Amino acid sequence: MATKSLLARNKLIAKAEKQLEYLANGMFKNGELPTFQKKLQLTNNFPLKPKKLEILQLNLGYMCNQVCEHCHVDAGPDRKEIMTQETMEACLKVIQKTNAHTLDLTGGAPEMNPNFRWFVEEAAKAGIQDFIVRSNLTIIQANKKYYDLPNFFKKHKVHVVSSMPHWTKGKTDKQRGDGVFDKSIKALQQLNAIGYGMPESELKLDLVYNPSGAFLPGNQAALEADFKKALFEDFGIHFHQLFAITNLPISRFLDYLIASENYEDYMYNLVDAYNPAAVKNVMCRNTLSVSWDGWLYDCDFNQMLEMKVDSKVQHISDYDETELQNREICISQHCYGCTAGAGSSCQGNVV
Amino acid sequence: MADSYYDSKDLRNFPKISEWSEELGEKFFDYYGKVFEKGALSEREKSLIALAVAHVVKCPYCIDAYTQDGLQRGITKEEMMEAVHAGAAIEAGANLVHATQMMKKYNKLSH
Repeated sequence: MATKSLLARNKLIAKAEKQLEYLANGMFKNGELPTFQKKLQLTNNFPLKPKKLEILQLNLGYMCNQVCEHCHVDAGPDRKEIMTQETMEACLKVIQKTNAHTLDLTGGAPEMNPNFRWFVEEAAKAGIQDFIVRSNLTIIQANKKYYDLPNFFKKHKVHVVSSMPHWTKGKTDKQRGDGVFDKSIKALQQLNAIGYGMPESELKLDLVYNPSGAFLPGNQAALEADFKKALFEDFGIHFHQLFAITNLPISRFLDYLIASENYEDYMYNLVDAYNPAAVKNVMCRNTLSVSWDGWLYDCDFNQMLEMKVDSKVQHISDYDETELQNREICISQHCYGCTAGAGSSCQGNVV
Repeated sequence: MADSYYDSKDLRNFPKISEWSEELGEKFFDYYGKVFEKGALSEREKSLIALAVAHVVKCPYCIDAYTQDGLQRGITKEEMMEAVHAGAAIEAGANLVHATQMMKKYNKLSH
């Protein structure tokens, strides 16, 4: 298990341009598989245009206390990219006037941003309908200063969304690091104890499932039932929904696919599972992603590939929702990850 | 042309068998799809049965397919291995139960 990001290890694949080059070559270049653009054209979905904006997703920084094997952010303790208070203030201006009903804070571990609490307090005042923090759970026990995070979340009615690759220790620790499973279980129990995830509770606690390897997620409802049964029977844990998310072939997961010689089969699986119905609801059509330094992207994955929105407006400081709605969404072969099967988004299946 | 009888990439071409016999191919794939839908048994249970049978019939394509299918469904390696043993036990049992015939014949031919 790596303890440093690809960037810190000076891996060439850490560079976005190298990833895009890899995704454009091979079986997509020689025509063995259709490019994503070609596939959209064949199913009358090109160009991909936004629908009504519903979700504003802010990446508060790439620093994280974990170094997960599949991480598309290449996050880790060595990453120094952190959203400044100035950029947060620009975001707050947008949050106050946006038509989006969901605000989604992600990272890295967003809680590691030194201005995280101030920002949550300010953002909560905007009265946005659904205020999500993507918390990796172990952060709650990483340091004394994070111990009271569950109560802080509760105070601001934050909707907690957390990753959990499996209900068994072995699989979880293999993907997310030694000891992550035990700490995650403890954190979930703490959250349950103050009402998070309990049946009928308004304090929402959802889990995210990413496959721990070169395979696609199975049926979300069936996985949710298995997770609920196992976590309750083994640990007395409750949660609300399970979001099954497909690993996209970028960053550390792409590096893993190449190194394990699974890249070709994985891309075949994604292309075979292309579902035009998923394209209708793919998350880039109702989401805008803001990077730690304020640039705008169609989604968090495009952010990591440094594919800024194709619009006159590219930075949060120039934000213009109407103008942004007229853009065309930037695509590459990684997008097959969101259109496979029942589709994949930060909110799970889309079909 | 590959120089071995099995090439894992051939599995990708499985749907193409319909090209040479459309009606039969389609009927097979419709049936196949229906069989693995949730019914009295869950899809998860059916996946484990398929994995066990894949080993019994020694089909490398099916083993690849149902190992991956099991992973997608969150089936653990312990569950997969137990399923394979269930298939293997039946296969061994099917072999050994014929020993009763050997015993019968032996006894009949012997003083």
